[in-house]
Amino acid sequence: MTILPPDHNRDDLPNDDQSPPESPSRIVNPRREFLRSAALFTGTAAALGGGLELLTRRPGAAAEAAPGEFGDLAQGQVRRPLGPYDTSEPVTPYAQATSYNNFYEFGTDKADPARLAGSLKVRPWTVKIDGEVRKPQTVDIDTLQSWFPLEDRIYRMRCVEGWSMVMPWLGFPLAALIRRMEPTGKAKYVQFTALNDPKQFPGQRTRVLDWPYVEGLRLDEALHPLAFMAVGLQGRVLPGQNGAPLRLAVPWKYGFKSIKSIVRITLTEKQPKTTWSIAAPDEYGFFANVNPAVPHPRWSQATERRIGDLSRRKTLPFNGYAEQVAGLYKGMDLKKFY
Amino acid sequence: MSEPSTTPARRTSSKRITSKPLGWLVPAVTLGSALPLAVLIWDAYTGALGANPVQRAELQTGLLCLVLLILSLATTPLRLVTARLGVAGGKGWTWPARIRKSLGLLAFGYGVLHFLIYLFDQGFTLSTVAEDVVKRPFVTAGFTALLLMVPLALTSTPRSVKRLGFARWTRLHQLAYGAVSLGALHYWWGVKQDHTPPLIAALVIAGLFALRLLGRKKARRSGVSG
Repeated sequence: MTILPPDHNRDDLPNDDQSPPESPSRIVNPRREFLRSAALFTGTAAALGGGLELLTRRPGAAAEAAPGEFGDLAQGQVRRPLGPYDTSEPVTPYAQATSYNNFYEFGTDKADPARLAGSLKVRPWTVKIDGEVRKPQTVDIDTLQSWFPLEDRIYRMRCVEGWSMVMPWLGFPLAALIRRMEPTGKAKYVQFTALNDPKQFPGQRTRVLDWPYVEGLRLDEALHPLAFMAVGLQGRVLPGQNGAPLRLAVPWKYGFKSIKSIVRITLTEKQPKTTWSIAAPDEYGFFANVNPAVPHPRWSQATERRIGDLSRRKTLPFNGYAEQVAGLYKGMDLKKFY
Repeated sequence: MSEPSTTPARRTSSKRITSKPLGWLVPAVTLGSALPLAVLIWDAYTGALGANPVQRAELQTGLLCLVLLILSLATTPLRLVTARLGVAGGKGWTWPARIRKSLGLLAFGYGVLHFLIYLFDQGFTLSTVAEDVVKRPFVTAGFTALLLMVPLALTSTPRSVKRLGFARWTRLHQLAYGAVSLGALHYWWGVKQDHTPPLIAALVIAGLFALRLLGRKKARRSGVSG
């Protein structure tokens, strides 16, 4: 133990300290003092750094291995030649397409669906088809799939949040299913309902949205050859986080229209009340056509980031499908019917 | 934590961390606050930021800015509350005041980084950015919050306190209240649907303002406000 002289530890430095020197009465062991300070320094830095990490860091999910093969495509391989509805743009890698998803039934974070998709049981699975149809029925997913030859469709997918992907879906045209059900003369809209089961969908234990998730299309939109029912992705069975076992893919509309994990398809006379248009009617309309000229109230829709790119690209009207679908909206004010 | 009385605003220029009481505090806070940035860079390098790394980095730096700003604004209420509880003979803890500046400057640093990532995200297209700032309340709020922090960062030195005079300097630095409130609003508006995290931030900020007002009303006039 030594008694510290006032200028101890400062002998080799100019004294630029404006305050009076400390009282010399502190009894200090310099070595122990140093160790104590070093420990406090380390502990404080680690605690603060760790706390900030806990509050702010959300690492991306690691993509899981693919479910069983479905068809004869290897990963990332896309069937050539391209069909009339295919884009030739580079396909989003499977790992990214299956680890960055909006699927609030699992949680609001993009990594939640991939992390929690294991709790979704996709067999047995039935789809109820009812409403304004002559042949209402409840059908097993495997039976439903067997009704149609499966096709590849390489579609762009534009999320309302301003990012996009290129998805090689596997499935059948929605029109084929609707025609098979024989709509009545009253059918004007198609309403889709997703599974509602908090045991399988942990996100449904919170009221972040009005469950079940409901989406809809005008009948002419639903009968358009681009409107597609997907059961697979990149030649494999659709993973849970991408909407297994049956999802919609409407490539000229924002991603939230393409409802996942469908259990019911109802033909209706009235326009269905859809989930996002209930949650925020001024932000998400029923039509939700991709439109760079109509900004979201809180951000511009003029550009998007294609996942995998560092820079943004211009968003195209109807997500680049204007030639095929613009006719559906002749005479409609797209600013009013957003 | 025992705290020998020291006069505030001491220059720590080139002293070793053991040469004065709590000399380790500011360097520890600085290092701790910089750690998430190091991890973020590492995450970016190893691809752990997921499929949309730019957005992830943008979100995290913005959140770090808000959290550090809240922490820097928690220092005065902490002193007031501990004073009310009769800690250190009614003076309360003095150590929170010593890290306030570092926390504020670190918050500003993350805010600038957050803005730079946003600029990068927009491809440095200044016309787009200007339109965003003017037309979209969500961006207006965040941008204004950052602007409010600029004079605070520029006048964070003891010399500025001397130059402006303590009363004026204090009034100027009350802009931090506006910055943190706008930051929380920006966070609220930026969320698509799940408003729980921004709500928690807003409640914490409101709680700190309440403590400040209560502490001010009841504290003896000590000539120090924050």
